[in-house]
Amino acid sequence: MGFIDIIPILDSTIRLATPLLLACLAGLFSERAGVFDIGLEGKMLVAAFFSAAVAAQTGNVWLGLGAGIAASMVFALIHGVASITFRGDQLISGVAINFLAAGMTVLIAQDWFNQGSRTPSLFGASRFGPVDLPFADQIASIPIIGPFYADALSGHTILVYVGLLAVPATWWVLFRTRFGLRLRAVGENPGAVDTAGVSVVRLRYAAVLICGLLCGLAGAYLATGLAAGFTRDMTAGRGFIALAALIFAKWRPWYALFACLLFGFLQAVSNRYSTLDFGIIEIPNAFVLALPYILTVVILAGFVGRATPPRAGGEPYVKER
Amino acid sequence: MDKLPKWADIALIPAINLALALIVSGIVVAFIGENPLNALQIMVNGAVGSTYGWGYTLYYATNFVFTGLAVAIAFHARLFNIGGEGQAQLGSLGVALVCLMVPWPHWTLALPAAIVGGAVFGAAWAAIPAYLQAKRGSHIVITTIMFNFIASALLVYLLVETLKVPGSMAPETARFPEGARLPDAQAVFGLFGLSFARTPLNISFIVALFACWGLWLLLWRTRLGYEIRAFGHSEPAARYAGISPTKITMIAMLISGALAGLMAINAVMGEQERLIQDNVLGAGFVGIAVALMGRSHPVGVLIAAILFGALYQGGAELEFETSVPREMVVVIQALVILFTGALDGMVRRPLESAFLRFRKQPKPGVAAE
Repeated sequence: MGFIDIIPILDSTIRLATPLLLACLAGLFSERAGVFDIGLEGKMLVAAFFSAAVAAQTGNVWLGLGAGIAASMVFALIHGVASITFRGDQLISGVAINFLAAGMTVLIAQDWFNQGSRTPSLFGASRFGPVDLPFADQIASIPIIGPFYADALSGHTILVYVGLLAVPATWWVLFRTRFGLRLRAVGENPGAVDTAGVSVVRLRYAAVLICGLLCGLAGAYLATGLAAGFTRDMTAGRGFIALAALIFAKWRPWYALFACLLFGFLQAVSNRYSTLDFGIIEIPNAFVLALPYILTVVILAGFVGRATPPRAGGEPYVKER
Repeated sequence: MDKLPKWADIALIPAINLALALIVSGIVVAFIGENPLNALQIMVNGAVGSTYGWGYTLYYATNFVFTGLAVAIAFHARLFNIGGEGQAQLGSLGVALVCLMVPWPHWTLALPAAIVGGAVFGAAWAAIPAYLQAKRGSHIVITTIMFNFIASALLVYLLVETLKVPGSMAPETARFPEGARLPDAQAVFGLFGLSFARTPLNISFIVALFACWGLWLLLWRTRLGYEIRAFGHSEPAARYAGISPTKITMIAMLISGALAGLMAINAVMGEQERLIQDNVLGAGFVGIAVALMGRSHPVGVLIAAILFGALYQGGAELEFETSVPREMVVVIQALVILFTGALDGMVRRPLESAFLRFRKQPKPGVAAE
């Protein structure tokens, strides 16, 4: 595996890491505010469907993106109503959302397009096209950095760069703004936030809606950037890998970027090679694909550093009377 | 004091939740352009209108009883076992190995052995998340989700690399020998001279009924069952009473995994008669809905499983006769989980205050307590 092989792998690493990254940051907001979310997968899936469906109907990918985000935020709101207002079980609500998305998307796709649970293929303006970063051509001739910048980093769709920029933005919002301080506090000790006269309910709703927004971007990227149209269950467990990345990153934005790049890299490698042959041992493809999940279990077990979730995560807040 | 009378808790609230889920489903059906009442009629007729319908309904129900009981016993210990899917996959591996390794002379010998195989493999797959939760504090929901994916990768690997029939392309094992095939309902009813349509319903249904009864005995008639329920109600109180959290977590999850693994005797041994890649088909997740709707009681689980079995069979008929795809079942299932599980408080709280208002009116002239 020489350097020439590395560039296309890095290129698809970034491509494959983007939906994970957006979903992972989505989960980060929600879980930092104390609302567990195993419904990332479902929200991505509805967003993927509605963005592709509206883009196919209107021929405008931006309208598709808007529809995807809106659909994902509606699902986020359902999760919010169930787990914040009615203090239901957040995990069960997440499971319900995943099922609702899996069923609804196929149902509506069949009803609208009659193409066996898929949307028509997207092309031209109904899809996100590649964006060339500035000076890509000029830098391309510089060894090592050049090909990396021009071929791996440049030439992705706009949502990839949105995803990358979302990392510092998330960091800034969470750690440098008053809203972020309160949001983190509400995930650690909602009682204290309430005592300080700040609404726990409103903060948690805000977090859940931001989560919906980011999942919407992730889903829209899947259907209109990475692929050209929606197909049944196209998220294929990415929501759960994002969840795994979130734990791997110990609920921190920069670590989330690296975790998602790592998991994207694993996916890229296993897409390219059916088995990895290191001479002495041969690693089967199935193992590479399962690696994110295995790593997450190992991290959760505390064998490699301890991942401590936000303390009030998963618990509905009951105001004292 | 309980805020609600018992009948309201175990019958009224689930009924209202279910009704809400069905009303929303009806709206979805209407949105697709079908008459909801007509669709309901097709589904009911398709599920219970013939021995064919009943056969499929009870075949699906058998799967859901096992996975539903698996989720239910974990719920009693306040553990949310979302890994029924993976445990059932491993159970299917256990059942397949048992069936293929030994040249079974008769199914009466093969069935007990397969039960042990499925249960042991399912329990083993649940044991690791259970141990990590009990000893290292890893969140059991997340680990069991991860174990679902690992199980499916493991099964793919085994089917492609080692268990596949040599020379064949399909990632599946050889067919089980004649002696390891379970008699189906047609054969059993035939013994009594009754006619029954050819369906995958088989003798595992009886095993499922025994599993319900056994779990009821365990939970409400043994010391261990008491400890599991006490632990689920209040961990600090249970700990104070000398109940070991580690032990209860491990035992509850082992039984849970074993029950999920038993699903394979119905699906793999009873129907497919060979090990294929997707043999669980989401039944592990249906178990969550079944356990929620059945209020984690074995009888409730049995009723809910039959209802979901009817839903699955009715959904297939619906797809056959109308333009409503089979995924309608998944939507209904999602709504059942949403309303009975996550939005329970939406129905419960107004109902509680209504009951309190009716009951607690102090008689005039009697001093308030």
